[in-house]
Amino acid sequence: MTQTAKPSVQHPGLKPNKLGLTRRDYEGSQSTLCAGCGHDSITAAIIQAFFELDMPPHRVAKLSGIGCSSKTPTYFLSDAHGFNSLHGRMPSIATGANAANGTLSYIGISGDGDSLSIGFGQFSHAIRRNVNMLYMLENNGVYGLTKGQFSASADVGSKAKRGEANQMRPIDPASTALALGASFVARSFSGDKKQLLPLIKAGLTHRGFALVDVISPCVTFNDHEGSTKSYAHTRDHGHKVVETDFVPLLHEIQAEQNRESATAVTMHDGSVVRFKSVAEDYDPTDRDAAYAHLKKLQSCGEVATGLLFIDPTSMDLHEFENTVDESLVGLPFDQLCPGSAVLDDLQSRWR
Amino acid sequence: MDRDSRDRTNDLVVKVATVNGTGSASANGMLMQAIFRMGVPVSGKNVFPSNIQGLPTWYEIRVNKNGHTARSPNFDLMVAMNPKTYGQDIKEVCSGGAVLYDSSWPLDDALMRDDVTYLGVPLSHMCVENFKGARERILMKNIAYVGAVAALLTIDLDVIQAMFTEKFGSKPHLIDSNDAAIRLGYDYAIEHFDCPLPTRLEPMDANRDSVLMTGNMAAALGCVYAGATVGAWYPITPATSVMDSFRGLCEKLRKDPETGKNRYCIIQAEDELAAIGMVLGAGWMGARAFTPTSGAGISLMNEFLGLAYYAEIPAVIFDVQRTGPSTGMPTRTQQGDFFTLAFASHGDTKHVLIFPADPGECFTFAVQAFDLAERFQTPVFVASDLDIGMNDWVCDKLEWDDAYVPDRGKVLSAEDLQKMDAFYRYLDSDGDGVAARSLPGVDPKGAYFTRGSGHDRYGRYTEDGELYQDVVDRVARKIEGAAEALPPPEIRLVDNASIGLVTVGGCRGAVLEAVDLLAEEGIALDYLRVTGFPFASAVEEFLLSHDVNIVVEQNRDGQMKRLLMLETAVLKSKLASVLDYGGSPLSATVVAQGVRDRLSMMTVQAG
Ligand SMILES: Cc1ncc(C[n+]2csc(CCOP(=O)(O)OP(=O)(O)O)c2C)c(N)n1
Ligand code: SF4
Ligand SMILES: [Mg+2]
Repeated sequence: MTQTAKPSVQHPGLKPNKLGLTRRDYEGSQSTLCAGCGHDSITAAIIQAFFELDMPPHRVAKLSGIGCSSKTPTYFLSDAHGFNSLHGRMPSIATGANAANGTLSYIGISGDGDSLSIGFGQFSHAIRRNVNMLYMLENNGVYGLTKGQFSASADVGSKAKRGEANQMRPIDPASTALALGASFVARSFSGDKKQLLPLIKAGLTHRGFALVDVISPCVTFNDHEGSTKSYAHTRDHGHKVVETDFVPLLHEIQAEQNRESATAVTMHDGSVVRFKSVAEDYDPTDRDAAYAHLKKLQSCGEVATGLLFIDPTSMDLHEFENTVDESLVGLPFDQLCPGSAVLDDLQSRWR
Repeated sequence: MDRDSRDRTNDLVVKVATVNGTGSASANGMLMQAIFRMGVPVSGKNVFPSNIQGLPTWYEIRVNKNGHTARSPNFDLMVAMNPKTYGQDIKEVCSGGAVLYDSSWPLDDALMRDDVTYLGVPLSHMCVENFKGARERILMKNIAYVGAVAALLTIDLDVIQAMFTEKFGSKPHLIDSNDAAIRLGYDYAIEHFDCPLPTRLEPMDANRDSVLMTGNMAAALGCVYAGATVGAWYPITPATSVMDSFRGLCEKLRKDPETGKNRYCIIQAEDELAAIGMVLGAGWMGARAFTPTSGAGISLMNEFLGLAYYAEIPAVIFDVQRTGPSTGMPTRTQQGDFFTLAFASHGDTKHVLIFPADPGECFTFAVQAFDLAERFQTPVFVASDLDIGMNDWVCDKLEWDDAYVPDRGKVLSAEDLQKMDAFYRYLDSDGDGVAARSLPGVDPKGAYFTRGSGHDRYGRYTEDGELYQDVVDRVARKIEGAAEALPPPEIRLVDNASIGLVTVGGCRGAVLEAVDLLAEEGIALDYLRVTGFPFASAVEEFLLSHDVNIVVEQNRDGQMKRLLMLETAVLKSKLASVLDYGGSPLSATVVAQGVRDRLSMMTVQAG
């Protein structure tokens, strides 16, 4: 058991955010994952992101499927409603919740087993509907909770703890999402908080489905030599594509002066995400180029990380469905029930 | 039965045999609607294949002045328009009945019966002469047979012509061609046959306060009136028209007048699993949400139904039943899902079911379903069937009470939460088995973790046996407590009846007619129609107060009878079954014969 990593300074003078909340107010209960599990580092980054974005915790809905990764919503934002649903079925719960109330922020936590096997259909269709949510895929190449079977994201040649090598081609969530038309695709590594944090913030701010695929080593079942999702392997083979720097609305001008060479993308709420291309010609708004880049790196055994693609202008579920701006939950009953006179009128035609 | 000795005015059955995809459906609907407008009790049953074009299809119209409009297989007039099914169709006509056919081609000698009258109308020839183009000729042939039937049964042509004007108002050329076609058939029949037939119509005034409606349209209306805002579904016959109707109604009635935006959200899911997931997500969020489906969809939804039961999330599911198992006969009716609904999902579960008998109840029960789902924080199933859902029924005009206020159950507002020391999601503070819930986004104090894994009364994860049992026992009490809140059972008692006739759902009409038929034979029967599960105490009382209860239902295994056996104190030996599960709507003849057979078997056994 580990504690979710706590901030380095812990004293009563903890610096509050604009809401007057400290980072602690964004924490949850104590983690019950294995010590060193990559998922815990992601949780820490999530806590930091919500804190830095000054989001009121109770205006967030946190959802998950089933797996070690899916347990983690308990470990952050204890003031938010949480829903630990069924294995692979979180996307449908999130879709219905979001349909009912589009005014909350949604974060979904899933694993590679949860999203790429049992829940592959729901994962794909949430992307297709562009449900406005941040979707964290905590990817360790194995089924952690059922003790280490290969998942569909295991790389060819990757060795399981007992020694057998995977021979089937992996399903890569990032290129799958790109092919499915996802409006935001990013990848990072649980051990690289500096890169992960701005990606989470950008994903939370993006309107539409934001996939952050996080390579998150399972120290118990998939961190040995021969595993391609281990800490050592990911550090050696990670390849940053785009450095993201999330700039909330109010700091925009100042930040812009400091960063001449970055590509700035304005999010729907007016805040700006800046992408600094590592490769000079990398354009995160070009889907085809992103796809080609991913595949190229993949073929030489490298993992493209960073913000791979973003389309900040895409339509989300509510725009497809042309729903009213307010939450459907709060609509007064007289706006929903047409009343007896209308019923009489309707029936006068059914004769 | 010697049918000829009775007065057959407004007491007849017509069956029309056609090919699907030829436009006959609207012609048949028109026939039925015309009879309805004459004020005569009538029903129309569509018997259609699981196919879009080219296979045999039938439409059965039953007229009965006493209001018995359950299906009847005693066909007086067969409108035989499909040569491929002539053999079967002609065999089905009652002795003394008539066959109307297209005499453009002669009938095979093998099809001739001595005891029926053959009425040949050269429909194809007449339409070739009078209309141009293959499509129009096919369509007008349908209208022409309606004309011939109108002459044979004395349907008022003015009534039909008024329908053309309503339907084709903006397209006068269509009114003209339909008028011409109806005349062709009508005039030919008047000229060549002894019109009307002994089985004929006469205007009545039975439908003044009635409307023509399908159960699926009524259910959709119920969803609109109950204030449902989220609907998720995956297309499946015979449930599809619930969502089609809901969408149609919402497009008219649920737009923000200023922005034109929707005060509803309909999602066509990728499968039923996702559909129920979406409904649960929306219900958890506090919206009234529903999904229409049929048995195959229910099977897929099972895992989620257990989650909803255990995590206590409201949801409304319309199961428009069709024949199973598996794909079964997708366009035929059945009541085969009682078992699977009652205990859907693994582990100990038990669900709230309500069983409408007709479109009128589809409306009222739909509204009640949303109230019950929120009050008891659990999935509520409205179990109708293909016959109720898809066929046009004459029913009492729907009423709406403008004073209706939705029962949202125990939902805590921000103010409620602020007043509390602490909020615990699964703590039953007043002992009725229902714990108050909070909705996301309302107040930080209301936050809790919804999960399908073991939890205690405080909503905390647990693997402690006692704490786990504490919660599941309360949930069991809660569901039992719902029994008396469901629509009350329908009971009709007569003098000196020791036998109870028990039924459920759409069997109602046929069973009540059978009760009348058997009463004429001196068999007195008390009648009980089960309307909800868990069963109200009145159900058990009824069963215990009769020597024998015969349960009439439409499935092979006597599922309702077995549920009664499980869930009430009635002895197995006091229950018998009459079962009909071939896919047709139930008829009184089947019920009456079934009851006679059961009774004579009992007499033999007793003797
Ligand atoms: C319907 C169903 N089948 C199987 C399981 C068992 N199960 C629980 S978690 C899991 C795999 C989780 O893998 P992943 O999503 O990668 O999460 P991780 O534990 O690796 O973070 C499985 C198969 C289940 N909970 N539900
Ligand atoms: S088994 Fe693996 S994935 Fe699960 S908690 Fe342990 S390290 Fe993390
Ligand atoms: Mg995994």
